[in-house]
Amino acid sequence: MAPSIDLTEATRVDHADAGAPGPTDPTDSSVVFDVSDLSVYYGDFRAVRDVNLEVRRREITAFIGPSGCGKTTVLRTFNRMNDLIDTARVEGAIRYRGVDLYDPAVNPVEVRRRIGMVFQKPNPFPKSIYDNVAYGPRIAGVKKGMDDVVERALRGAGLWDEVKSRLKSSGLSLSGGQQQRLCIARAIATDPEALLMDEPCSALDPIATARIEDLMQEIKDQYTIIIVTHNMQQAARVSDRTAFFTTEVNDESDTRTGVLVEYDLTDKMFSNPSDERTENYVTGRFG
Amino acid sequence: MTVVTAPVDPAAEMEAQLTGGKLDLTGRLFTLVLQISLGLSLVVLGILVWDVVSTGSDVLTGRLGDFLTGTMKSQADASGLAQGIRGTFFIGLFTVVFAFPIGVGAAIYLEEYAKPGRLTHFIDLNIRNLSGVPSVVYGILGLTIFVKALGSITGPESNGRSVISAGFTLAILVLPIVIITAAEAVRAVPRGLREAGFGVGATRWEVIRHHVLPYAAPGILTGTVLALARALGEAAPLILVGAASGFLTTGDSYEVGALQDRFTALPQIIATWAGRPVAEWEGVTYAAIAVLLAIVLLANAAAILLRNRYEKKRA
Repeated sequence: MAPSIDLTEATRVDHADAGAPGPTDPTDSSVVFDVSDLSVYYGDFRAVRDVNLEVRRREITAFIGPSGCGKTTVLRTFNRMNDLIDTARVEGAIRYRGVDLYDPAVNPVEVRRRIGMVFQKPNPFPKSIYDNVAYGPRIAGVKKGMDDVVERALRGAGLWDEVKSRLKSSGLSLSGGQQQRLCIARAIATDPEALLMDEPCSALDPIATARIEDLMQEIKDQYTIIIVTHNMQQAARVSDRTAFFTTEVNDESDTRTGVLVEYDLTDKMFSNPSDERTENYVTGRFG
Repeated sequence: MTVVTAPVDPAAEMEAQLTGGKLDLTGRLFTLVLQISLGLSLVVLGILVWDVVSTGSDVLTGRLGDFLTGTMKSQADASGLAQGIRGTFFIGLFTVVFAFPIGVGAAIYLEEYAKPGRLTHFIDLNIRNLSGVPSVVYGILGLTIFVKALGSITGPESNGRSVISAGFTLAILVLPIVIITAAEAVRAVPRGLREAGFGVGATRWEVIRHHVLPYAAPGILTGTVLALARALGEAAPLILVGAASGFLTTGDSYEVGALQDRFTALPQIIATWAGRPVAEWEGVTYAAIAVLLAIVLLANAAAILLRNRYEKKRA
């Protein structure tokens, strides 16, 4: 089992601490997220059932599947974002480096500081570019060297050169693609270990999409990335492993439940999938 | 088979097609109806303002300073509004100081913390109902609680008939309006903004304090403007909590100690003077209405300026 870390206290783990054993070892490809028998319910409705998968460190994992298959729902359990939906309920376990994220003692705020998220629609704060990036570190208690933190995050998101002369202007004044990279900068400013990306390019044009995909390749050796995408080509281009979800229709109650069909290396998923449903989906025969 | 047609200029034919088509009569009619509706509202408002200002013009131009600083007298041409302005000022102050924070607090709790369910729904529904309760009912509430039950605190000398009682009564009267509009403003905050805050590890309080409230501030302030205008204009509750209708010698002091004394306020003065059958009171009544309108407009302007500042911030 991976060394467990304490998510229940308001302490930050400094990932930049060079030479530390375990999680900061660049060759380490240990399991970061271990999902076992995960089911998510909205009220009585079971949205996803029996998901089992392991997400490895410094890899990009893609979740693909048709609309309504629960891939976003599963993603949002990785940083307790589903807590914001009153009726959402989780069964099973998601272990983040050995700690069950849904253990009652776990503080979701600490989880979200370590597991950043980028949303489908770019959602910068209605604040300056600088304050957008500085917000996360600031509420985490960082006081000194904020300029460096902001610059590093903006460089990390490939946005620094475009905005360095106008850090004080509103984040909303940027183009859609720039806004999304600002959101990525904001997410990595708190120095998270993992990044969850929920269809980050669905509102962007192809050029902006290509920039984000390049960026993902550049930062994958620093962050464990999980991306939900509607776009199979995108999954094939950027990810190391792919999970394919689909929906099962229950004829009795006329409800749809998402299931994980197959989870494997992306190359294998797209060239030689073991499940017929995966093959049908990736070859464009349905979905 | 061939169809023989006369040779036509294709461009001319296309032009005929594109410039023809049927006239959108219903659409134009509808626009006209809307314009008439707006025009009528403006005409009514214009007549009202004109009527008020022209009837009160003798007083407003002849002895404005005297009128604003003088006290209530038995003679119309000697009467002034000092006590009324002071009472209305404190009623506005009580509304802002009590109804605003309590109302916004209740709204935030209802929207952000209360678990949706039957109880929350029931409370929500009742707040909506309360905003529709006639103001005279709140007057009776004020009479029972602030004048009679708490009279020894609100006004030991004036039997509870003080500006404190009036202020609290009107603050309670507008509380539902503040709660409803603030709750709506909080509800209108985009989900993406909240998620962005939570996503970088903000606590619920930090999300509310740093993102929800600044975004909702313009809407909340709009609600406060409506509430304040209502509180400043109500006469019925004042009558019940015992605002003086004449021959009041005190009630123009802005000192804290004077809050427990007998009082009056502009709507009460207007209602009283308007009821006097002598023609000489007409001028001062309309002048008093003009002054009340000006005060309400001033209060609104302040809130609107504040709202515009917040609106600029979120753009």
